[in-house]
Amino acid sequence: MATFELRGLIKAYGKTRVIHGIDLLIADGEFVVFVGPSGCGKSTTLRMIAGLEEVTGGEIRIGDRVVNEVDPKERNLAMVFQNYAIYPHMSVRQNIAFGLYTSPLSKADKARKVDEAGALLGLTPLLDRRPAALSGGQRQRVAIGRAMVRDPVGFLFDEPLSNLDAQLRAQMRIEIKDLHRRLGTTIAYVTHDQVEAMTMADRIVVMKDGHILQAAPPMEIYDNPVDVFTARFIGTPSMNIVPATQSGGVVTLAEGDPNLLAGVRPHDLLVGSTIADPGLTLTGTVTAVEPLGPETLVHFDVAGRSIIATAPAHGPVTIGATVTALAPRGHVHLFDAGTEKAMGRA
Amino acid sequence: MAATDTGMTPPLPMARIRPGRIVTWTVLSIGGVLMITPILFMFSTSLKTAGQIYDLRLIPQNPTLANYVAVLTEGQFPRWFLNSAFVAICVTVSNVFFDSLVGYTLAKFRFRGRQFVFIAILSTLMIPTEMLVIPWYLMAADLGWLDSYWGIMFPGMMTAFGTFLMKQFFETVPDDFIEAARMDGLNEFTIWWKIAMPLVTPALSALAIFTFLGNWTAFFWPLISTTSKELYTLPVGLTSFAVEQAIQWEMIMTGAAIATIPTLLVFLALQRYIVRGVMLAGLKG
Repeated sequence: MATFELRGLIKAYGKTRVIHGIDLLIADGEFVVFVGPSGCGKSTTLRMIAGLEEVTGGEIRIGDRVVNEVDPKERNLAMVFQNYAIYPHMSVRQNIAFGLYTSPLSKADKARKVDEAGALLGLTPLLDRRPAALSGGQRQRVAIGRAMVRDPVGFLFDEPLSNLDAQLRAQMRIEIKDLHRRLGTTIAYVTHDQVEAMTMADRIVVMKDGHILQAAPPMEIYDNPVDVFTARFIGTPSMNIVPATQSGGVVTLAEGDPNLLAGVRPHDLLVGSTIADPGLTLTGTVTAVEPLGPETLVHFDVAGRSIIATAPAHGPVTIGATVTALAPRGHVHLFDAGTEKAMGRA
Repeated sequence: MAATDTGMTPPLPMARIRPGRIVTWTVLSIGGVLMITPILFMFSTSLKTAGQIYDLRLIPQNPTLANYVAVLTEGQFPRWFLNSAFVAICVTVSNVFFDSLVGYTLAKFRFRGRQFVFIAILSTLMIPTEMLVIPWYLMAADLGWLDSYWGIMFPGMMTAFGTFLMKQFFETVPDDFIEAARMDGLNEFTIWWKIAMPLVTPALSALAIFTFLGNWTAFFWPLISTTSKELYTLPVGLTSFAVEQAIQWEMIMTGAAIATIPTLLVFLALQRYIVRGVMLAGLKG
């Protein structure tokens, strides 16, 4: 096991910089998830750690060793790809054993390790099948098996669940998290799915346009996002953002071009609430109602902006009605309208 | 109302025959007849005596295998057969190896001049063989390769078409496979051999078939580059049945019939790969 450290890491293709000197230390045994929109540089960063992309500037350390010029195989990392990358012309057993192709282990030891990995991942009855005869989840487990059989110092996952359906994704999230708990290996995991990030990570790294915006534990990012982008990217549904003014601890909707933005999560903005001293009050016309079972999401229009609030499960909210939603004090996030940086809460 | 099964099969609806389909079938039938008739006559003539060859009946009156016995036991036909097999197999193995190696490099590696190299290789496709024969001959003469197996084989050991075909196929192999193998510690040659090659088996089969058939039937260059009868390939050797005094059609047809058998077997066994190879070579790029 090892730490991964990025120091002033830069990646450029020709004159176009895609990673702008990022710094990050991933602790030994930590599960770090890189999250961000397409093109933010998260996969490029992972591929640089893997050694599949050259580093333009800065340094990557694995443990105490600078690995900028080290071949992928010498880094002793294992990677699981989005498309599984399990070889269709080999059986499950051969695919897993392929992770040990260059290993000096004896044939018997290799077979034992393959059997162990197969058992750990529930693949024992499938070891002689070809990948074409496996489901998506089983294929992903084979890819993980091939990675783990090498006893690498760290795992790299590049959007490994994005080809699976929602139910399988949820199951695999738990399996990967459980695997991490059992193996204790350092993991760097890339996804664009913030639910994956929230549910699996010890720490989330939010990236945008080749910069790290915030690196913190999931709930820290959820509770205290550093800027509007992070606030809206983490959390489902996205945080509502409205132009605002603040006076005496109370935030009100502003017209024109104010210097403040107020953010409130839909779960903190309650329709039909009777809070005595709310931090923010929004009134508007209901445009859509989404009953989720335990609660109902209410979409309503406030001065031309679409706002999402939460109502009780069986609340009598109807489209076209006028509703008022209240957010308690301390749950309204304030951002500078110019820089979009966080300014605390109201 | 409950569904019941009367046990009666409903009458099949009359298939509507469209005029377009009639035209298609007619054209295909004519084409088929035109192509298969010479082959049938070849086999038919090979079963006739010299006196019967202008009797155009498809089924010989007194069929005989004497021509086959003569071709296989007299003269150097078996030697030519082996020469053809040796040349075709060597050139095929060479093409499968080198064309796919170069095709893989052009498809999967990014290096300065890659596009230039690819276009340079492709541009050689536009030069007709007739124009190349003189430089080949001069080169072979200078290097002492004339009248040797190597002299017959060297121009075809690697081809632009094969390189192009393999490059197109290797481009369909996802990079993830290659990168996963790199992470697993394989060197680039082993990745090509162990991972990429098995994934393009249809293309390799198609290339092998094209190359084998092309060299099995090659006539022009083997004729020019060889002078010893021992080095003749089958197509060149068959011409020796046409002597100044007379053309021994029954012997030529017998030799041709024997020569056709391996190509027919190869084609029947691997025709789906040929079709796929032709389709991909035509569609991609």
